[in-house]
Amino acid sequence: MNNLLNFIASIGFRFREKMTRLGAGARLFFLVLIYSGDSFKRIHLTIREIYFTGVLSLTIIVVSAFFVGMVLGLQGYYTLEKYGSSEAIGVLVALALVRELGPVVTALLFAGRAGTAITAEIGLMKATEQLSAMEVMAVSPIARIIAPRFWAGMISMPILAAIFSMVGVLGGYFIAVLVIGVDEGSFWSQMQANVDFSNDIVDGAIKSVVFGFACTIIALFEGFDAPPTAEGVSRATTRTVVISSLSVLGLDFILTSFMFV
Amino acid sequence: MSKLISINNLSFSYGNSLLHKDINMQFGRGKVSAIMGGSGCGKTTILKLIAGQLSPQSGKVVVDDQIVHEQDRDGIYNIRRKMGMLFQHGALFTDLSVFDNVAFPMREHTNLPENIIKDLVLLKLNAVGLRGAQKKMPSELSGGMARRVALARAIALDPDIIMYDEPFAGLDPISMAVICDLIRTLNDALCATSIIVTHDVAETFSFADYIYFLADGEVAAEGSPKQLLASKLPFVRQFIHSEKDGPVPFHVEAPAYKADLEL
Repeated sequence: MNNLLNFIASIGFRFREKMTRLGAGARLFFLVLIYSGDSFKRIHLTIREIYFTGVLSLTIIVVSAFFVGMVLGLQGYYTLEKYGSSEAIGVLVALALVRELGPVVTALLFAGRAGTAITAEIGLMKATEQLSAMEVMAVSPIARIIAPRFWAGMISMPILAAIFSMVGVLGGYFIAVLVIGVDEGSFWSQMQANVDFSNDIVDGAIKSVVFGFACTIIALFEGFDAPPTAEGVSRATTRTVVISSLSVLGLDFILTSFMFV
Repeated sequence: MSKLISINNLSFSYGNSLLHKDINMQFGRGKVSAIMGGSGCGKTTILKLIAGQLSPQSGKVVVDDQIVHEQDRDGIYNIRRKMGMLFQHGALFTDLSVFDNVAFPMREHTNLPENIIKDLVLLKLNAVGLRGAQKKMPSELSGGMARRVALARAIALDPDIIMYDEPFAGLDPISMAVICDLIRTLNDALCATSIIVTHDVAETFSFADYIYFLADGEVAAEGSPKQLLASKLPFVRQFIHSEKDGPVPFHVEAPAYKADLEL
C-alpha cells in the first residue's frame, strides 16, 4: 500500500515539476516579448545570431535535403511505377517535402545543430558568471542575450525549411529525371498542377514557424535554466535535443490533423 | 565619516538554511573595506544583496540613501549604474575582445561617439597596464590579465562603488601584488568606495582600511587591520594565523569514530 502511495506521490511530484518548468518557460517567452523592443535597438546582435543559427546551419540542411530528396525520388519511383504513374513522382516528392519532411526534418536538424549550441552557450555564460556580470552592469541578459537569439531562430527556421524543401525537390529531380529518366515535363508540370499554394506551401510554412518557435524557446530556456556546472550544462543540452525533437513530432501531428484532414 | 552603504539588522537565508543573522555593516565613502571569513560563510551573498540580486528576509541594505530591495527594476538598475563589480574569475564576455569588453558598459549606458569611447577604453586599459592587449580575446589571457581586464571594465563608468569578489583567488604572487596595488590606487583616484570579499589575510591587511570578519552568520569581529592584529578573539587569531584547529574545527560534525567504524 505504501509503495503504491509513494508511486502516486512521485507521479504527482514529477507532474508538478514539469508544470513548473513549463510555466517558467512561458514566463521567459513573455519576458522576451517585453524586452524585444530593447533588443531591436541593437539589431546587429540579432543579425549576428542569424548568422550563427541560420547561415552556419546551411551545410547540414542542404546536404540532408539533397539526400532526403534523392531517397524520396527512388522510393517514390519504385512504388508509383507499379501503378503506372511514375510521372507523378514530382508531386509526391514536392508534397512530401513541403507538407511534412521540409519543416519536420529541418526542425530536428535545427534542434541538433543550432539548439544545442544555444543551450550550451547560454549555460556556459551562466556558469562563468557572464550573465550575472551583465545584470550587475544594469544590462538585462534577456534583452542582450536571449531576445536576439529568439528572433534569430524565428527568422532562420522558416527560411531553412524553405531551402530544405527546395533542395529536396532538386534531389528528387536529380534521381527521377536525370538518373532514372522520368519525363522532365511531366515531373514539373504535375508538380505545378497539384501543389497548392495556400493549402500546401502556406501550411508547411506555418508548421516551420511553429517548430522554429518551439525549438528556439526550448533551447533558450534550457540554457537559461541550466545549473551552472559542467554536468548541469551537459544535461540541459541533452534535454534540448530530446524535448525539441518530441515537441516537433507531437506538434506536427496536431498541426497536420488540423490542416490536412 | 559618511556612509555610502549600510547594512542594518540584515537576515538572509537560502531556503531553510539561515546564512546571515542580524548583520550590521557600514561602508564609508572613499574607504577600502574587506569582508573576510571562511568559505561558504556568505561573503559573496553580501555583495549580491548590495547589488540587489538577492533580497533579505529582514533588515535592509541602504545604498546612497536608497533601500535597494524596495526599488523596482529600473530603480535597482539606476543604483547598479553607480557600481562596478569584479567577479571571482573575471566573467569577461568570451565572444568580445578585451577592447569590446571594456567598451561594453559605455556602449550600453552612454551615447558617446566611438572615438571618445576608444579614448576612454584605452585610458582604462592603460590604468591596469593592458593597453597592449586590447585586441586579444579573453581566451588568450592569463588568469591575472583577465582579472585586470575585468577590473578595467568594472571601472569603465567611473563608479562610486567597486565590489571585488575574491580578487586574489588563483593568482600568482606577482599578479596578486598588481591587483592589490590597483585596488588601492583606483579607489583613491576615483574617490570610490571599495568592498573586497576575500580570505587572503596578508594581502588584505596590507591595504584595507576596515575589515569585517564573518563567522556563523554573524559579524564575529570588525576593525582596522591594526586593531584586528591585536585582537585576542580566538576566531580572529585562528583565521589570521592560519591555525588548523580552533573555534572553526578541523573535523566537521560527525558521529563517534568508533560507531562509524562499527567497532
